[in-house]
Amino acid sequence: MYDLKALYEAESVEHAIRLRLEHPEAQIIAGGSDVLVQMREGKRAGKELISIYGIDAMRGVTIDEDENIRIGSLTSFSHITRDPIIQKYINVLGEAVDMVGGPQIRNIGTIGGNTCNGVTSADSASTLHAWEAIVELTGKNGVRRLPIGDFYIRAGQVDIRAEEGEIQTAILIPKASYENTFGYYIKYAMRNAMDIATLGCSVNVRLSPDKKTVARARIAYGVAGPVPMRAQSAEAVANGAEIGKEMIDRFGLAVLNDINPRDSWRASKAFRQHIAVEMAKRCLFESIKRAGGEI
Amino acid sequence: MAQYKLIHCTINGKEVEKMVDVRASLTDLLRNDFHLTSVKKGCEVGECGACNVLIDGEAFNSCIYLAAWADGKHIRTLESLTGPGGEISDIQQAFMEETAIQCGFCTPGFIMTAVEILETKKLYTRDELRKLLSGHLCRCTGYENILNAVEKTMKRRLGVPVE
Ligand SMILES: Cc1cc2nc3c(=O)[nH]c(=O)nc-3n(C[C@H](O)[C@H](O)[C@H](O)COP(=O)(O)OP(=O)(O)OC[C@H]3O[C@@H](n4cnc5c(N)ncnc54)[C@H](O)[C@@H]3O)c2cc1C
Ligand code: FES
Ligand code: FES
Repeated sequence: MYDLKALYEAESVEHAIRLRLEHPEAQIIAGGSDVLVQMREGKRAGKELISIYGIDAMRGVTIDEDENIRIGSLTSFSHITRDPIIQKYINVLGEAVDMVGGPQIRNIGTIGGNTCNGVTSADSASTLHAWEAIVELTGKNGVRRLPIGDFYIRAGQVDIRAEEGEIQTAILIPKASYENTFGYYIKYAMRNAMDIATLGCSVNVRLSPDKKTVARARIAYGVAGPVPMRAQSAEAVANGAEIGKEMIDRFGLAVLNDINPRDSWRASKAFRQHIAVEMAKRCLFESIKRAGGEI
Repeated sequence: MAQYKLIHCTINGKEVEKMVDVRASLTDLLRNDFHLTSVKKGCEVGECGACNVLIDGEAFNSCIYLAAWADGKHIRTLESLTGPGGEISDIQQAFMEETAIQCGFCTPGFIMTAVEILETKKLYTRDELRKLLSGHLCRCTGYENILNAVEKTMKRRLGVPVE
């Protein structure tokens, strides 16, 4: 038995918003793979929960009328990986979430939970940052959309206005972001399964029509700071640059201007900096290859 | 004050109706109310896979799944694999042949993931199988025999020669 004070089950987004306003102390539970574990550990013991797990309208991947890729917040990792839209336009996201935990965790864990927990090591987070995802929140005043970079406030804290009854309803990838773009993600961890990232790095590129220069490069990290982050000076090195080994080396070194990893029991700051450079280079190399470039 | 919810679901093909305590996990429900003791309590925090069951065809760790969520779902446990005369299934037979069982605590969880894998009717490489089975811990066998058993059953069902 869980030490759970009360469970309110939402049947629709509107119902979830109403429940949030009626029960300001209650916490949202989606797949529960963070919430229920923390309840067992005592960190969330005795709490009231609002379950949104039954809202099927929040599941699935579609292309909306503005040609955004729309990922419902309750879509599980395994469904994202198997989805044809994801595979066609942003395959790297499917690959990244296929590295979460193990198969059963990927069947229960949702992309909404993976971002709303505000955790820097979340396996979807660096790729969503690198693809400039838009977070959609729905509350009593309607829909609010904000760039994922602004959604994260600090470790464990994201911009969801509980007092307005908000929940996260979708994650969007705009067409300008995914068109002609190819990416690669590396998760560095001690084990291949059931382990949290020591560092995660996601890179994507769009090449010039002749595939000789990088038209746009984006890179983001998880665990390189308290929240997932972009590495903008590295991006500036690659943007507009001619493809070559030397450019890739400069790109890798530039990330040290941007990232701020810390010492933890998992790894030292120096080690994280060392692998951050190497991961940036390998991710850029693979992204360029996937985009059809030659190095 | 205790809070209850009436749920309807199928468990191993049988339609059931039950008042569940909303604090219960699906493991609690299956073990305590339906005596399906193949569903093991290992870590109870989603790490080990001993409590794994199939819900609408997908593998879930039932220790981190609320019993209240079972409403409307089709749930299968290891007990569903037994034939009408008590016969065991091909995958269980393969676990015995390959010595993929020692203490047996992890076995029901592994076998239910194997059922999910086998039902895709795809031929996986050894490395793919390793990844697909990576959500389970076994403290006894060293995993190789478990992989052998799943690989052998997969190949037999697909009519591929087993070397
Ligand atoms: C054994 C194990 C291994 C794991 N391994 C990994 C791993 O390798 N990589 C990784 O990234 N994660 C891992 N996790 C963590 C977890 O599975 C993920 O973070 C998952 O995405 C959480 O999703 P959920 O739906 O289960 O979230 P929940 O536990 O339901 O919720 C997480 C948080 O987000 C809030 N929330 C959820 N959805 C919404 C919403 N739509 N609107 C508003 N708030 C919301 C909740 O209130 C809660 O604070 C692991 C967990 C376990 C148990
Ligand atoms: S008992 Fe459920 S995963 Fe360990
Ligand atoms: S056989 Fe003992 S834990 Fe696997």
